[in-house]
Amino acid sequence: MTTAIAFEGVSKVFESNGRPFHALRDVDLTIERGEIYGIVGYSGAGKSTLLRTVNALERPTAGRVVVDGREISSLSGTQLYAARQRIGMIFQQFNLLRSRSVYKNIAYPLALAGLPKDQILDRVEELLEFVGLTDKALAYPSQLSGGQKQRVGIARALATRPDILISDEATSALDPQTTGEVLELLRRVRAEYGLTVLLVTHEIDAIREIADKVAVMDAGQVVEHGSVYEVFSNPQNRTSRRFVSSVLHHIPSPETLDKIRIVHHGRLVQIHVEDRESNEPFLSRVARARGVDFNVVYGGIDELQSRLFGSLTVELLGTDAAVDDAIADLRAVTPVQEVSHA
Amino acid sequence: MREFDLEAFLPRFIKAIGETLLMVGVSFTAASIIGILLALWLYASRPGNILENRVVYSVINFLINLIRPVPFLIVAIAVVGLTRIVFGTSLGPLAATLPLTIVASVAIARVIETNLVAVDPGAVEAGTAMGASPVRVLFTIVIPESLGPMVLGLTYIVVALVDATAVAGVLGAGGLGDLALKYGWARFDYTVIWIVVITLVILVQGIQAIGNLIARKVMH
Repeated sequence: MTTAIAFEGVSKVFESNGRPFHALRDVDLTIERGEIYGIVGYSGAGKSTLLRTVNALERPTAGRVVVDGREISSLSGTQLYAARQRIGMIFQQFNLLRSRSVYKNIAYPLALAGLPKDQILDRVEELLEFVGLTDKALAYPSQLSGGQKQRVGIARALATRPDILISDEATSALDPQTTGEVLELLRRVRAEYGLTVLLVTHEIDAIREIADKVAVMDAGQVVEHGSVYEVFSNPQNRTSRRFVSSVLHHIPSPETLDKIRIVHHGRLVQIHVEDRESNEPFLSRVARARGVDFNVVYGGIDELQSRLFGSLTVELLGTDAAVDDAIADLRAVTPVQEVSHA
Repeated sequence: MREFDLEAFLPRFIKAIGETLLMVGVSFTAASIIGILLALWLYASRPGNILENRVVYSVINFLINLIRPVPFLIVAIAVVGLTRIVFGTSLGPLAATLPLTIVASVAIARVIETNLVAVDPGAVEAGTAMGASPVRVLFTIVIPESLGPMVLGLTYIVVALVDATAVAGVLGAGGLGDLALKYGWARFDYTVIWIVVITLVILVQGIQAIGNLIARKVMH
Protein backbone atom coordinates (compact mmCIF):
# COMPACT_ATOMS: atom_id res chain seq x y z
CA MET A 1 0.00 0.00 0.00
CA THR A 2 1.14 3.50 -0.69
CA THR A 3 0.42 6.64 1.21
CA ALA A 4 -2.47 8.79 -0.04
CA ILE A 5 -2.40 11.53 2.56
CA ALA A 6 0.29 12.33 5.13
CA PHE A 7 -0.05 14.96 7.82
CA GLU A 8 3.41 15.80 9.13
CA GLY A 9 3.58 17.90 12.26
CA VAL A 10 0.57 19.94 11.19
CA SER A 11 -0.33 22.88 13.41
CA LYS A 12 -2.82 25.65 12.84
CA VAL A 13 -3.14 28.76 14.94
CA PHE A 14 -6.03 31.16 14.41
CA GLU A 15 -5.96 34.70 15.66
CA SER A 16 -9.21 35.50 17.46
CA ASN A 17 -9.62 38.88 19.14
CA GLY A 18 -5.87 39.24 19.27
CA ARG A 19 -5.48 35.95 21.14
CA PRO A 20 -4.06 32.86 19.45
CA PHE A 21 -6.31 29.81 19.22
CA HIS A 22 -4.60 26.48 18.57
CA ALA A 23 -6.95 24.61 16.24
CA LEU A 24 -4.38 21.93 15.42
CA ARG A 25 -1.37 20.91 17.49
CA ASP A 26 1.38 18.95 15.81
CA VAL A 27 -0.77 16.35 14.05
CA ASP A 28 0.98 13.33 12.51
CA LEU A 29 -1.22 10.92 10.62
CA THR A 30 -0.87 8.72 7.55
CA ILE A 31 -3.75 7.54 5.39
CA GLU A 32 -3.00 4.68 3.01
CA ARG A 33 -4.43 4.42 -0.48
CA GLY A 34 -7.84 2.73 -0.64
CA GLU A 35 -8.58 3.12 3.05
CA ILE A 36 -11.73 4.51 4.55
CA TYR A 37 -10.33 6.57 7.39
CA GLY A 38 -12.55 8.21 9.96
CA ILE A 39 -11.66 11.15 12.16
CA VAL A 40 -13.93 11.55 15.14
CA GLY A 41 -14.09 14.23 17.80
CA TYR A 42 -16.41 16.68 19.50
CA SER A 43 -17.12 19.99 17.81
CA GLY A 44 -14.16 22.30 18.17
CA ALA A 45 -11.70 19.40 18.34
CA GLY A 46 -10.08 20.55 15.09
CA LYS A 47 -11.17 17.67 12.86
CA SER A 48 -12.79 19.85 10.16
CA THR A 49 -9.77 22.15 10.13
CA LEU A 50 -7.52 19.12 9.64
CA LEU A 51 -9.71 17.82 6.81
CA ARG A 52 -9.69 21.21 5.09
CA THR A 53 -5.90 21.22 4.96
CA VAL A 54 -6.11 18.24 2.57
CA ASN A 55 -7.38 20.47 -0.28
CA ALA A 56 -5.74 23.61 1.10
CA LEU A 57 -9.00 25.33 1.99
CA GLU A 58 -7.06 25.82 5.19
CA ARG A 59 -3.30 26.19 5.32
CA PRO A 60 -1.27 24.96 8.27
CA THR A 61 0.83 27.47 10.19
CA ALA A 62 3.43 24.75 10.71
CA GLY A 63 4.06 21.31 9.23
CA ARG A 64 3.23 19.79 5.85
CA VAL A 65 0.27 18.07 4.25
CA VAL A 66 1.36 15.69 1.52
CA VAL A 67 -1.33 14.42 -0.88
CA ASP A 68 -0.33 11.82 -3.48
CA GLY A 69 3.31 12.61 -2.92
CA ARG A 70 2.90 16.35 -3.39
CA GLU A 71 2.96 18.92 -0.65
CA ILE A 72 -0.40 20.56 -1.24
CA SER A 73 0.16 23.10 1.49
CA SER A 74 2.84 24.74 -0.67
CA LEU A 75 0.92 24.86 -3.97
CA SER A 76 -0.79 27.95 -5.33
CA GLY A 77 -2.47 29.22 -8.50
CA THR A 78 -3.17 26.83 -11.35
CA GLN A 79 -1.14 24.04 -9.72
CA LEU A 80 -3.39 24.23 -6.68
CA TYR A 81 -6.58 24.34 -8.79
CA ALA A 82 -5.41 21.26 -10.71
CA ALA A 83 -4.55 19.43 -7.47
CA ARG A 84 -7.99 20.22 -6.04
CA GLN A 85 -9.64 18.61 -9.06
CA ARG A 86 -8.04 15.33 -7.92
CA ILE A 87 -9.74 15.58 -4.52
CA GLY A 88 -13.52 15.30 -4.26
CA MET A 89 -15.23 16.91 -1.28
CA ILE A 90 -18.68 16.51 0.23
CA PHE A 91 -20.23 18.73 2.85
CA GLN A 92 -22.67 18.65 5.75
CA GLN A 93 -24.93 21.24 4.09
CA PHE A 94 -24.35 19.64 0.63
CA ASN A 95 -23.36 23.04 -0.83
CA LEU A 96 -25.11 22.49 -4.15
CA LEU A 97 -25.55 25.42 -6.51
CA ARG A 98 -29.19 26.39 -6.21
CA SER A 99 -29.28 28.22 -9.52
CA ARG A 100 -28.32 25.07 -11.42
CA SER A 101 -30.14 21.83 -12.13
CA VAL A 102 -28.87 18.52 -10.77
CA TYR A 103 -27.35 17.84 -14.17
CA LYS A 104 -25.51 21.18 -14.24
CA ASN A 105 -24.31 20.76 -10.66
CA ILE A 106 -22.62 17.49 -11.54
CA ALA A 107 -21.36 18.93 -14.82
CA TYR A 108 -19.73 21.89 -13.08
CA PRO A 109 -16.40 20.27 -12.14
CA LEU A 110 -16.25 18.58 -15.56
CA ALA A 111 -16.63 21.93 -17.34
CA LEU A 112 -13.99 23.26 -14.99
CA ALA A 113 -11.67 20.47 -16.11
CA GLY A 114 -12.29 21.53 -19.70
CA LEU A 115 -14.13 18.41 -20.90
CA PRO A 116 -16.06 18.69 -24.20
CA LYS A 117 -19.88 18.79 -23.97
CA ASP A 118 -20.55 15.28 -25.28
CA GLN A 119 -18.13 13.72 -22.79
CA ILE A 120 -19.70 15.73 -19.98
CA LEU A 121 -23.12 14.40 -20.97
CA ASP A 122 -21.92 10.78 -20.91
CA ARG A 123 -20.11 11.17 -17.60
CA VAL A 124 -23.02 12.91 -15.86
CA GLU A 125 -25.44 10.22 -17.04
CA GLU A 126 -23.10 7.55 -15.71
CA LEU A 127 -22.83 9.30 -12.34
CA LEU A 128 -26.58 9.88 -12.08
CA GLU A 129 -27.08 6.18 -12.60
CA PHE A 130 -24.43 5.34 -9.98
CA VAL A 131 -26.18 7.44 -7.33
CA GLY A 132 -29.66 6.42 -8.53
CA LEU A 133 -30.95 9.86 -9.54
CA THR A 134 -31.32 9.50 -13.30
CA ASP A 135 -34.90 10.77 -13.13
CA LYS A 136 -33.85 13.91 -11.24
CA ALA A 137 -31.39 15.25 -13.82
CA LEU A 138 -33.47 18.31 -14.59
CA ALA A 139 -34.68 18.95 -11.04
CA TYR A 140 -33.30 21.82 -8.98
CA PRO A 141 -31.73 21.29 -5.54
CA SER A 142 -34.72 22.93 -3.82
CA GLN A 143 -36.89 20.08 -5.13
CA LEU A 144 -34.73 17.34 -3.57
CA SER A 145 -34.71 15.70 -0.14
CA GLY A 146 -31.61 15.87 2.05
CA GLY A 147 -30.48 12.38 1.10
CA GLN A 148 -30.95 13.11 -2.60
CA LYS A 149 -28.98 16.34 -2.25
CA GLN A 150 -26.09 14.49 -0.66
CA ARG A 151 -26.16 11.89 -3.44
CA VAL A 152 -25.87 14.75 -5.95
CA GLY A 153 -23.00 16.07 -3.81
CA ILE A 154 -21.28 12.69 -4.00
CA ALA A 155 -21.83 12.43 -7.77
CA ARG A 156 -20.37 15.92 -8.17
CA ALA A 157 -17.38 15.05 -5.99
CA LEU A 158 -16.70 11.91 -8.05
CA ALA A 159 -17.18 13.56 -11.44
CA THR A 160 -13.53 14.16 -12.29
CA ARG A 161 -12.55 10.64 -11.10
CA PRO A 162 -10.54 11.89 -8.13
CA ASP A 163 -8.21 9.62 -6.15
CA ILE A 164 -9.36 10.95 -2.82
CA LEU A 165 -12.77 11.77 -1.38
CA ILE A 166 -12.96 13.91 1.74
CA SER A 167 -16.17 14.22 3.69
CA ASP A 168 -16.93 16.98 6.17
CA GLU A 169 -19.77 15.70 8.38
CA ALA A 170 -21.57 14.50 5.25
CA THR A 171 -24.23 12.58 7.16
CA SER A 172 -24.70 14.90 10.14
CA ALA A 173 -27.68 16.74 8.63
CA LEU A 174 -29.46 13.52 7.66
CA ASP A 175 -31.86 11.22 9.49
CA PRO A 176 -30.60 7.75 10.53
CA GLN A 177 -32.22 5.94 7.59
CA THR A 178 -30.77 8.35 5.01
CA THR A 179 -27.42 8.31 6.81
CA GLY A 180 -27.32 4.56 6.28
CA GLU A 181 -28.03 4.97 2.57
CA VAL A 182 -25.30 7.59 2.13
CA LEU A 183 -22.78 5.46 4.05
CA GLU A 184 -23.66 2.50 1.87
CA LEU A 185 -23.04 4.68 -1.17
CA LEU A 186 -19.61 5.69 0.18
CA ARG A 187 -18.80 2.01 0.69
CA ARG A 188 -19.69 1.38 -2.97
CA VAL A 189 -17.54 4.35 -4.02
CA ARG A 190 -14.53 2.69 -2.44
CA ALA A 191 -15.39 -0.75 -3.77
CA GLU A 192 -16.01 0.36 -7.37
CA TYR A 193 -13.57 3.22 -7.79
CA GLY A 194 -10.90 2.26 -5.25
CA LEU A 195 -10.97 5.72 -3.75
CA THR A 196 -9.29 6.73 -0.53
CA VAL A 197 -12.00 8.17 1.71
CA LEU A 198 -11.21 10.48 4.61
CA LEU A 199 -14.27 11.37 6.62
CA VAL A 200 -14.75 13.62 9.57
CA THR A 201 -17.71 13.16 11.84
CA HIS A 202 -18.92 13.48 15.41
CA GLU A 203 -21.07 10.39 14.82
CA ILE A 204 -18.93 7.46 15.90
CA ASP A 205 -21.64 5.16 14.56
CA ALA A 206 -20.84 6.24 11.00
CA ILE A 207 -17.22 5.26 11.57
CA ARG A 208 -18.20 1.94 13.07
CA GLU A 209 -20.31 1.29 9.97
CA ILE A 210 -17.79 1.94 7.22
CA ALA A 211 -14.31 2.93 8.36
CA ASP A 212 -11.24 0.70 8.40
CA LYS A 213 -9.24 3.01 10.61
CA VAL A 214 -10.07 5.77 12.99
CA ALA A 215 -8.33 8.71 14.63
CA VAL A 216 -9.77 10.38 17.69
CA MET A 217 -9.18 14.11 18.06
CA ASP A 218 -9.42 16.26 21.13
CA ALA A 219 -8.32 19.89 21.54
CA GLY A 220 -6.47 19.96 18.24
CA GLN A 221 -4.54 16.76 18.81
CA VAL A 222 -4.87 13.20 17.61
CA VAL A 223 -5.16 11.41 20.94
CA GLU A 224 -5.56 7.91 19.58
CA HIS A 225 -5.53 6.20 16.22
CA GLY A 226 -5.54 2.70 14.84
CA SER A 227 -7.81 0.15 13.22
CA VAL A 228 -11.47 0.52 14.09
CA TYR A 229 -11.30 -2.87 15.80
CA GLU A 230 -8.34 -1.87 17.97
CA VAL A 231 -9.70 1.47 19.02
CA PHE A 232 -13.26 0.28 19.56
CA SER A 233 -12.34 -2.88 21.38
CA ASN A 234 -9.80 -1.29 23.64
CA PRO A 235 -9.93 2.50 23.70
CA GLN A 236 -7.02 3.97 25.64
CA ASN A 237 -7.95 7.61 25.87
CA ARG A 238 -10.74 9.19 27.92
CA THR A 239 -12.25 10.90 24.87
CA SER A 240 -12.05 7.73 22.81
CA ARG A 241 -13.70 5.79 25.58
CA ARG A 242 -16.54 8.27 25.80
CA PHE A 243 -17.13 8.01 22.06
CA VAL A 244 -16.93 4.26 21.97
CA SER A 245 -19.22 3.90 24.99
CA SER A 246 -21.83 6.01 23.21
CA VAL A 247 -22.30 3.32 20.57
CA LEU A 248 -20.94 0.21 22.22
CA HIS A 249 -22.50 -0.07 25.58
CA HIS A 250 -20.04 -2.39 27.26
CA ILE A 251 -17.87 0.31 28.79
CA PRO A 252 -19.52 2.41 31.50
CA SER A 253 -19.41 6.16 30.97
CA PRO A 254 -17.84 8.16 33.82
CA GLU A 255 -21.37 9.09 34.96
CA THR A 256 -22.50 5.47 35.00
CA LEU A 257 -19.36 4.56 36.91
CA ASP A 258 -20.24 7.11 39.59
CA LYS A 259 -23.63 5.44 39.99
CA ILE A 260 -22.05 1.98 40.21
CA ARG A 261 -19.72 3.24 42.93
CA ILE A 262 -22.65 4.14 45.16
CA VAL A 263 -23.31 0.44 45.76
CA HIS A 264 -20.05 -1.21 44.77
CA HIS A 265 -17.18 -0.07 46.98
CA GLY A 266 -14.78 -2.87 46.06
CA ARG A 267 -12.06 -2.66 43.44
CA LEU A 268 -13.41 -2.57 39.86
CA VAL A 269 -11.68 -4.09 36.87
CA GLN A 270 -12.58 -4.08 33.20
CA ILE A 271 -11.99 -7.50 31.69
CA HIS A 272 -11.54 -7.56 27.97
CA VAL A 273 -13.57 -10.18 26.07
CA GLU A 274 -12.91 -11.24 22.50
CA ASP A 275 -12.96 -14.30 20.23
CA ARG A 276 -11.42 -17.13 22.29
CA GLU A 277 -9.99 -20.46 21.35
CA SER A 278 -10.99 -22.39 24.47
CA ASN A 279 -14.02 -22.48 26.70
CA GLU A 280 -11.99 -22.48 29.92
CA PRO A 281 -14.04 -20.63 32.60
CA PHE A 282 -11.18 -18.41 33.71
CA LEU A 283 -13.19 -15.95 35.77
CA SER A 284 -14.62 -18.46 38.23
CA ARG A 285 -11.34 -20.45 38.27
CA VAL A 286 -9.31 -17.40 39.33
CA ALA A 287 -11.91 -16.32 41.87
CA ARG A 288 -11.95 -19.77 43.47
CA ALA A 289 -8.15 -20.13 43.46
CA ARG A 290 -7.51 -16.70 45.01
CA GLY A 291 -10.43 -16.73 47.41
CA VAL A 292 -12.11 -13.62 46.09
CA ASP A 293 -15.78 -13.01 45.26
CA PHE A 294 -16.92 -11.13 42.20
CA ASN A 295 -19.90 -9.13 40.99
CA VAL A 296 -20.43 -8.43 37.29
CA VAL A 297 -21.58 -4.80 37.49
CA TYR A 298 -21.50 -3.75 33.86
CA GLY A 299 -20.62 -5.11 30.45
CA GLY A 300 -21.56 -6.27 27.00
CA ILE A 301 -20.27 -8.18 24.02
CA ASP A 302 -20.53 -6.85 20.50
CA GLU A 303 -19.60 -7.85 17.01
CA LEU A 304 -17.34 -5.57 15.00
CA GLN A 305 -15.95 -6.26 11.54
CA SER A 306 -17.24 -9.84 12.13
CA ARG A 307 -15.17 -10.33 15.29
CA LEU A 308 -16.50 -10.63 18.80
CA PHE A 309 -15.36 -8.24 21.41
CA GLY A 310 -16.55 -6.48 24.50
CA SER A 311 -15.78 -6.14 28.14
CA LEU A 312 -17.11 -6.96 31.57
CA THR A 313 -16.73 -4.58 34.47
CA VAL A 314 -16.31 -6.72 37.55
CA GLU A 315 -16.14 -5.84 41.22
CA LEU A 316 -13.57 -7.98 43.05
CA LEU A 317 -14.17 -8.53 46.76
CA GLY A 318 -11.41 -9.80 49.04
CA THR A 319 -8.21 -8.74 50.75
CA ASP A 320 -6.02 -6.32 48.80
CA ALA A 321 -3.30 -8.94 48.35
CA ALA A 322 -5.79 -11.55 47.13
CA VAL A 323 -7.35 -9.11 44.66
CA ASP A 324 -3.85 -8.18 43.38
CA ASP A 325 -3.10 -11.87 42.79
CA ALA A 326 -6.47 -12.40 41.09
CA ILE A 327 -5.83 -9.48 38.72
CA ALA A 328 -2.40 -10.88 37.88
CA ASP A 329 -3.95 -14.28 37.10
CA LEU A 330 -6.66 -12.71 34.92
CA ARG A 331 -4.05 -10.74 33.02
CA ALA A 332 -2.42 -14.00 32.00
CA VAL A 333 -5.62 -14.77 30.05
CA THR A 334 -6.86 -11.43 28.72
CA PRO A 335 -6.17 -7.69 29.04
CA VAL A 336 -7.50 -6.34 32.32
CA GLN A 337 -7.69 -2.75 33.42
CA GLU A 338 -8.29 -1.61 36.93
CA VAL A 339 -10.80 1.24 37.09
CA SER A 340 -9.27 3.90 39.28
CA HIS A 341 -11.34 5.53 41.99
CA ALA A 342 -12.64 8.83 40.65
CA MET B 1 -62.64 75.14 -11.78
CA ARG B 2 -62.92 74.67 -15.53
CA GLU B 3 -64.11 71.75 -17.65
CA PHE B 4 -61.60 69.00 -18.29
CA ASP B 5 -60.34 69.42 -21.89
CA LEU B 6 -59.49 65.96 -23.18
CA GLU B 7 -58.46 67.13 -26.62
CA ALA B 8 -55.80 69.44 -25.22
CA PHE B 9 -54.78 66.95 -22.52
CA LEU B 10 -54.22 63.84 -24.60
CA PRO B 11 -51.15 64.95 -26.62
CA ARG B 12 -49.56 66.42 -23.48
CA PHE B 13 -50.27 63.20 -21.61
CA ILE B 14 -48.72 60.99 -24.30
CA LYS B 15 -45.67 63.26 -24.49
CA ALA B 16 -45.30 63.15 -20.71
CA ILE B 17 -45.45 59.34 -20.63
CA GLY B 18 -42.83 59.24 -23.37
CA GLU B 19 -40.56 61.59 -21.40
CA THR B 20 -40.93 59.59 -18.20
CA LEU B 21 -40.17 56.33 -20.00
CA LEU B 22 -37.17 57.97 -21.69
CA MET B 23 -35.79 59.22 -18.37
CA VAL B 24 -36.30 55.90 -16.62
CA GLY B 25 -35.00 53.87 -19.58
CA VAL B 26 -31.84 55.86 -20.23
CA SER B 27 -30.87 56.41 -16.60
CA PHE B 28 -31.61 52.81 -15.62
CA THR B 29 -29.51 51.44 -18.48
CA ALA B 30 -26.59 53.74 -17.76
CA ALA B 31 -26.86 53.26 -14.00
CA SER B 32 -27.01 49.48 -14.35
CA ILE B 33 -23.70 49.42 -16.19
CA ILE B 34 -22.00 51.79 -13.74
CA GLY B 35 -23.67 50.24 -10.68
CA ILE B 36 -22.83 46.65 -11.61
CA LEU B 37 -19.18 47.54 -12.25
CA LEU B 38 -19.01 49.45 -8.98
CA ALA B 39 -20.63 46.55 -7.12
CA LEU B 40 -18.20 44.00 -8.60
CA TRP B 41 -15.25 46.20 -7.78
CA LEU B 42 -16.55 46.79 -4.26
CA TYR B 43 -17.18 43.08 -3.74
CA ALA B 44 -13.82 42.02 -5.15
CA SER B 45 -11.91 44.49 -2.98
CA ARG B 46 -13.56 43.29 0.24
CA PRO B 47 -11.15 41.78 2.78
CA GLY B 48 -10.47 38.16 1.77
CA ASN B 49 -11.68 38.53 -1.83
CA ILE B 50 -9.79 38.49 -5.15
CA LEU B 51 -8.76 42.14 -5.38
CA GLU B 52 -8.59 42.66 -1.62
CA ASN B 53 -7.71 46.31 -1.08
CA ARG B 54 -8.77 48.12 2.03
CA VAL B 55 -8.20 51.59 0.55
CA VAL B 56 -10.19 50.95 -2.66
CA TYR B 57 -12.98 49.33 -0.67
CA SER B 58 -13.18 52.22 1.79
CA VAL B 59 -13.16 54.87 -0.93
CA ILE B 60 -15.96 53.27 -3.00
CA ASN B 61 -17.89 52.51 0.14
CA PHE B 62 -17.55 56.11 1.31
CA LEU B 63 -18.61 57.47 -2.08
CA ILE B 64 -21.76 55.37 -2.08
CA ASN B 65 -22.60 56.35 1.47
CA LEU B 66 -21.98 60.00 0.60
CA ILE B 67 -24.50 60.18 -2.24
CA ARG B 68 -27.14 57.70 -1.04
CA PRO B 69 -28.68 59.65 1.84
CA VAL B 70 -28.91 62.93 -0.11
CA PRO B 71 -32.48 63.53 -1.41
CA PHE B 72 -32.73 63.33 -5.19
CA LEU B 73 -33.89 66.94 -5.51
CA ILE B 74 -30.70 68.17 -3.80
CA VAL B 75 -28.46 65.96 -5.97
CA ALA B 76 -30.18 67.25 -9.11
CA ILE B 77 -29.61 70.87 -8.05
CA ALA B 78 -26.02 70.17 -6.96
CA VAL B 79 -25.00 68.76 -10.34
CA VAL B 80 -26.74 71.40 -12.49
CA GLY B 81 -23.35 72.82 -13.51
CA LEU B 82 -22.16 69.42 -14.69
CA THR B 83 -25.45 68.80 -16.50
CA ARG B 84 -25.05 72.08 -18.42
CA ILE B 85 -21.53 71.10 -19.47
CA VAL B 86 -22.62 67.65 -20.64
CA PHE B 87 -25.96 68.49 -22.32
CA GLY B 88 -25.70 72.23 -22.89
CA THR B 89 -28.84 72.71 -20.79
CA SER B 90 -30.23 71.59 -17.46
CA LEU B 91 -33.77 71.39 -18.80
CA GLY B 92 -35.64 68.57 -20.54
CA PRO B 93 -35.84 64.83 -19.93
CA LEU B 94 -32.43 64.01 -21.38
CA ALA B 95 -30.65 66.47 -19.08
CA ALA B 96 -32.46 64.96 -16.11
CA THR B 97 -30.96 61.55 -16.84
CA LEU B 98 -27.60 62.71 -15.47
CA PRO B 99 -28.63 63.22 -11.83
CA LEU B 100 -30.99 60.23 -12.14
CA THR B 101 -28.09 58.07 -13.33
CA ILE B 102 -25.89 59.25 -10.46
CA VAL B 103 -28.36 58.37 -7.72
CA ALA B 104 -29.43 55.13 -9.39
CA SER B 105 -25.80 54.02 -9.90
CA VAL B 106 -24.93 54.14 -6.23
CA ALA B 107 -28.24 52.56 -5.25
CA ILE B 108 -27.70 49.71 -7.73
CA ALA B 109 -24.10 49.29 -6.58
CA ARG B 110 -25.26 48.84 -2.98
CA VAL B 111 -28.17 46.53 -3.83
CA ILE B 112 -26.00 44.26 -5.97
CA GLU B 113 -23.07 44.23 -3.55
CA THR B 114 -25.45 43.24 -0.74
CA ASN B 115 -26.76 40.35 -2.85
CA LEU B 116 -23.26 39.18 -3.79
CA VAL B 117 -22.18 39.18 -0.15
CA ALA B 118 -25.30 37.24 0.84
CA VAL B 119 -24.46 34.25 -1.41
CA ASP B 120 -24.17 31.03 0.60
CA PRO B 121 -20.48 30.73 1.62
CA GLY B 122 -20.92 26.97 1.27
CA ALA B 123 -21.52 27.33 -2.48
CA VAL B 124 -18.37 29.45 -2.79
CA GLU B 125 -16.42 26.89 -0.78
CA ALA B 126 -17.69 24.04 -2.95
CA GLY B 127 -16.47 25.87 -6.05
CA THR B 128 -13.08 26.52 -4.48
CA ALA B 129 -12.79 22.88 -3.40
CA MET B 130 -13.57 21.76 -6.96
CA GLY B 131 -10.57 23.75 -8.16
CA ALA B 132 -12.26 26.88 -9.54
CA SER B 133 -10.14 30.04 -9.49
CA PRO B 134 -11.51 33.00 -7.52
CA VAL B 135 -12.47 34.82 -10.74
CA ARG B 136 -14.27 31.73 -11.95
CA VAL B 137 -16.04 31.38 -8.62
CA LEU B 138 -17.22 34.99 -8.91
CA PHE B 139 -18.61 34.62 -12.43
CA THR B 140 -19.91 31.04 -12.39
CA ILE B 141 -21.11 30.78 -8.78
CA VAL B 142 -21.47 34.07 -6.90
CA ILE B 143 -23.23 36.02 -9.66
CA PRO B 144 -25.57 33.24 -10.91
CA GLU B 145 -26.47 32.28 -7.31
CA SER B 146 -27.44 35.87 -6.47
CA LEU B 147 -29.32 36.61 -9.71
CA GLY B 148 -32.85 36.13 -8.30
CA PRO B 149 -32.63 38.64 -5.43
CA MET B 150 -30.56 40.88 -7.71
CA VAL B 151 -33.44 41.12 -10.22
CA LEU B 152 -35.84 42.00 -7.41
CA GLY B 153 -33.41 44.66 -6.15
CA LEU B 154 -33.11 46.16 -9.64
CA THR B 155 -36.90 46.17 -9.97
CA TYR B 156 -37.05 48.19 -6.79
CA ILE B 157 -34.57 50.67 -8.32
CA VAL B 158 -36.68 51.06 -11.49
CA VAL B 159 -39.72 51.87 -9.36
CA ALA B 160 -37.66 54.36 -7.35
CA LEU B 161 -36.55 55.91 -10.65
CA VAL B 162 -40.17 56.41 -11.76
CA ASP B 163 -40.68 58.16 -8.45
CA ALA B 164 -37.56 60.31 -8.94
CA THR B 165 -38.60 61.39 -12.47
CA ALA B 166 -41.73 62.92 -10.95
CA VAL B 167 -39.48 64.96 -8.68
CA ALA B 168 -37.28 65.85 -11.65
CA GLY B 169 -40.41 67.38 -13.19
CA VAL B 170 -40.12 70.20 -10.65
CA LEU B 171 -36.76 71.14 -12.16
CA GLY B 172 -38.08 71.29 -15.70
CA ALA B 173 -37.41 67.74 -16.78
CA GLY B 174 -40.87 67.19 -18.19
CA GLY B 175 -42.60 63.87 -17.81
CA LEU B 176 -45.64 62.83 -15.77
CA GLY B 177 -44.60 64.69 -12.63
CA ASP B 178 -44.28 67.90 -14.59
CA LEU B 179 -47.70 67.35 -16.15
CA ALA B 180 -49.33 66.86 -12.78
CA LEU B 181 -47.67 69.99 -11.40
CA LYS B 182 -48.22 72.34 -14.31
CA TYR B 183 -51.64 71.32 -15.50
CA GLY B 184 -53.03 69.71 -12.39
CA TRP B 185 -51.70 71.38 -9.26
CA ALA B 186 -51.12 74.87 -10.68
CA ARG B 187 -54.52 74.99 -12.39
CA PHE B 188 -56.45 73.14 -9.69
CA ASP B 189 -57.36 70.47 -12.25
CA TYR B 190 -57.72 67.38 -10.08
CA THR B 191 -58.70 65.24 -13.04
CA VAL B 192 -55.17 65.64 -14.41
CA ILE B 193 -53.65 64.79 -11.03
CA TRP B 194 -55.77 61.67 -10.72
CA ILE B 195 -54.97 60.51 -14.24
CA VAL B 196 -51.25 60.95 -13.56
CA VAL B 197 -51.48 59.15 -10.22
CA ILE B 198 -53.37 56.22 -11.74
CA THR B 199 -50.91 56.08 -14.64
CA LEU B 200 -47.99 55.97 -12.19
CA VAL B 201 -49.65 53.20 -10.16
CA ILE B 202 -50.23 51.13 -13.31
CA LEU B 203 -46.65 51.75 -14.45
CA VAL B 204 -45.20 50.69 -11.09
CA GLN B 205 -47.42 47.61 -10.86
CA GLY B 206 -46.40 46.62 -14.37
CA ILE B 207 -42.68 47.02 -13.62
CA GLN B 208 -42.98 45.03 -10.40
CA ALA B 209 -44.90 42.24 -12.17
CA ILE B 210 -42.24 41.97 -14.86
CA GLY B 211 -39.48 42.00 -12.20
CA ASN B 212 -41.18 39.24 -10.21
CA LEU B 213 -41.62 37.16 -13.35
CA ILE B 214 -37.93 37.39 -14.30
CA ALA B 215 -36.81 36.71 -10.71
CA ARG B 216 -38.98 33.59 -10.56
CA LYS B 217 -37.48 32.41 -13.85
CA VAL B 218 -33.89 32.71 -12.63
CA MET B 219 -34.45 31.51 -9.04
CA HIS B 220 -36.12 28.14 -9.53
